[in-house]
Amino acid sequence: MKPTDISAPDYFHKVVDCQWACPAHTPVPEYIRLIAEGRYSDAYMINWKSNVFPGILGRTCDRPCEPACRRGRVEDNPVAICRLKRVAADFKDDIKHRLPKPGPKNGKRVALVGGGPASLAVARDLAPLGYHCTVFDGDPKAGGMMRSQIPKFRLPDSVIDEETDYILNLGVEFKGGQRVDSLKQLLAENYDAIFVGSGAPRGRELDIPGRTEATANIHIGIEWLANVSFGHVEKIGRRVIVLGGGNTAMDCCRTARRLGGESVKVVVRSGFEEMKASPWEKEDALHEDIPILNYMVPVAFKHVAGKLIGVIFQKVKAEYDAKGRRNLVPSGEPDETIPCDDVLVAVGQENAFPWIEADCGIEFDKWHMPKVDPKTFVSTNPKVFFGGDAAFGPKNIIWAVAHGHDAALSIHKMLSGEDINERPLPEVHVSSQKMGIHEWSYDNDISTDKRFKVPHRDKVIALKDIRAEVELGYDLKLALGEAERCLNCDVQTVFAAPLCIECDACVDICPMDCISFTENGEEDDLRQRLKAPSPHHDQALYVSGDLKTGRVMVKDEDVCLHCGLCAERCPTGAWDMQKYLIDMVQAGSTCQSKARSAA
Amino acid sequence: MTYIAKPKFHHPGLKKNELGYTHRDYEGKISTLCAGCGHDSITASIIEACYELSIEPHRVAKISGIGCSSKTPDYFLGNSHGFNSVHGRMPSVLTGANLANRDLIYLGVSGDGDSASIGFGQFAHSIRRAVNMTYIVENNGVYGLTKGQFSATADRGSKSKKGVTNTDNAIDLVAIALQLGATFVARSFSGDKTQLVPLIAAAIRHKGASFIDVISPCIAFNNHAGSTKSFDYVREHNDAVNRLDVLVGRDPISVDYAPGTVQVVEQHDGSRLALRKLDADYDPHDRLGAMTFLQRHAAKGQIVTGLLYVDPEAEDLHTHLDTVETPLNTLDEQALCPGSAVLDKINASLR
Repeated sequence: MKPTDISAPDYFHKVVDCQWACPAHTPVPEYIRLIAEGRYSDAYMINWKSNVFPGILGRTCDRPCEPACRRGRVEDNPVAICRLKRVAADFKDDIKHRLPKPGPKNGKRVALVGGGPASLAVARDLAPLGYHCTVFDGDPKAGGMMRSQIPKFRLPDSVIDEETDYILNLGVEFKGGQRVDSLKQLLAENYDAIFVGSGAPRGRELDIPGRTEATANIHIGIEWLANVSFGHVEKIGRRVIVLGGGNTAMDCCRTARRLGGESVKVVVRSGFEEMKASPWEKEDALHEDIPILNYMVPVAFKHVAGKLIGVIFQKVKAEYDAKGRRNLVPSGEPDETIPCDDVLVAVGQENAFPWIEADCGIEFDKWHMPKVDPKTFVSTNPKVFFGGDAAFGPKNIIWAVAHGHDAALSIHKMLSGEDINERPLPEVHVSSQKMGIHEWSYDNDISTDKRFKVPHRDKVIALKDIRAEVELGYDLKLALGEAERCLNCDVQTVFAAPLCIECDACVDICPMDCISFTENGEEDDLRQRLKAPSPHHDQALYVSGDLKTGRVMVKDEDVCLHCGLCAERCPTGAWDMQKYLIDMVQAGSTCQSKARSAA
Repeated sequence: MTYIAKPKFHHPGLKKNELGYTHRDYEGKISTLCAGCGHDSITASIIEACYELSIEPHRVAKISGIGCSSKTPDYFLGNSHGFNSVHGRMPSVLTGANLANRDLIYLGVSGDGDSASIGFGQFAHSIRRAVNMTYIVENNGVYGLTKGQFSATADRGSKSKKGVTNTDNAIDLVAIALQLGATFVARSFSGDKTQLVPLIAAAIRHKGASFIDVISPCIAFNNHAGSTKSFDYVREHNDAVNRLDVLVGRDPISVDYAPGTVQVVEQHDGSRLALRKLDADYDPHDRLGAMTFLQRHAAKGQIVTGLLYVDPEAEDLHTHLDTVETPLNTLDEQALCPGSAVLDKINASLR
């Protein structure tokens, strides 16, 4: 293998698994260290810059970072990254003075359709640069699905108000209660750019016999959640069936438990493991005495005189074809009828763009989705950009934020007369953390604590009040313990081949057997010859140039604890621990127009 | 030294030996030696050899004297018996322990100061008596703990870190061991674990006095130009006569060696040593030949490494003394004090 080019910004970025997995590339270990130091406001601001909604995401994020977390490959559970984010939000001081000020207006006007996370992220990036941003939303307050679909017992209004206000106070104009009904009309208002962040607002229907007859007791999940959120719905029948296995289904069943549903069941076509809902959301539902029934497909609603009395399910089993694709086939068991008073249908969400006229220059693909460039987020109309669920279908908040950053950069470049396809490289800082002979500026003593549980409100109390937040968040003691579990993957092991005398000290001390000195070879061959097995080929091998004996140093990045013992035991300083910080380019970054290489 | 303890986590895919232990289970405390010390690599090799042999840690007694090398038993086999004795007195303590309990595996760990200077006599007599042990000298040619004076194994003409030339003749412990009748003699290099680990494993399985001289560069005081015990010098002048694989149990010897290049040595305990010859003329059963070979190469400035001599039919001190199979420390009072009638009989036989 060729010597690894550690100056390529992506190499060390990938080693920071959590940050690499985060769509907004939040510098996770950096903020976790700040939490451990008690610098909650600083930790919050790092988050705010990257992901815009730390308090909201700290409660609701889909956390792609956690399955990626290196700790999950070292022991049972990853670091509770998401809930530590909430710690930063919960314990910070007043940070208003640290937010950007509305810039002097530059005369350019940007319209943002929908007041959810994507649009707000765009406005957050553009408003300080002097753009006049106008956000339109059908609901009276900003937040979009974060406010309408996420139950208050998971995300209180106060948190949404605080973080949406930080953005609106940047001089963003919010037009609540004004749904955009015509793109053509909006285009006619001569905005310099339009961003569509209108989400995936339509809940998928379930067209099976009895749907129309029993409609009074059959509700579309996201619409019903919105009605609950705005206080239009305050109760539900005693026996409730929730159809669907995603996070919306989990929100529906738990909400139903709080509105009078004594016997609430979730019924899912697929098996438990394949359900789309996050494992922790399934866990929370089970904890509230909601059974999840799997491999049951609804075939008809049973009703008497216009009143729903139950749902008939066919039982299925999973079969896998030669290509490993799953098919659900009838298991042959008799159908089962589950009696109920109400049904909540949460079988998916769809995009809907009835308000985009055919002659607006926006082309759609065969799935009726707008054609959007995945890098620049521009549509076929060069003035119109899409982001969030509106761009590529239902995802989650953190993706919407990431789209928002990229779209904002495109809009800023376009309106500055630059080529939006030319995407600047991020700025990278790498600095040694050595403080003394065996002292580092980070805590390299690895904690062996297991993941700390987030305290929950007592179930009896929680189920009585739909606005009582269930998760209480870590207290400071728990937060410190959890923060200490972080392996500081951003403090990189950097190897200087010319200094190495091949004494094997690093090999002998490495607790994880990451380091090998061996003859060079092709990657597949090298992986066979390492000191410990190397099962994760997506984890890079760090290969040095030739050493004096003709061998090379090979480090499997996979389960490195970043404990720095290789550097401590190295007699010549060939190993060093260097902190890697990557500054993702956002609209207005200083390096925006110069495509510069990393350090 | 390092301030933190070595993290408890280990690689999730580590292999386990027959006892269900990973090599991490054979570790001791974290080393307090200087960063890069060759001794730490010898420690790692002992750990590896014990892991590969599936040795039960509580069946091992590790005994040492004084010096950097003699600190190392603290860094391996944390669950074994240990005795950190007086300077140069490891061999007599080990001999005593071995006489009392012949069932344990004895690891004597010493250095060039401990064995070639203050303990030279002790070293000689333990070898001469054929104590069943593995005697490892971690040989760096300097007194590291007193800041780098030449030791008795430093080669004449080699230079100290400050540039002083050594005018004394060197003691070659391997030559002495051969002369005193050691039945397993090897030399190796801390920077070559592929050679060292099987040598240690074979020595542990050898019944008799096994002696391994391991050249172990002292990073702090003896790893400069002019030293003959530096990483660079040893790598340049290393003349390995053979490579060794230790075969335990009935596994057939793999046949991927060219015919005639592999010599199989079966030891008393059934373990077999597969020696891949690197020097076609070298015969590890020829004590006299080995001594000559060693001297000839030393004169040319070459460091001969590998398994230099092995006597597969070796005997040990217990055989010579005709002691009982049961370890003395487990004999009951009746056996140890058979009474005045037996004493009278012995006395009568001596009249």
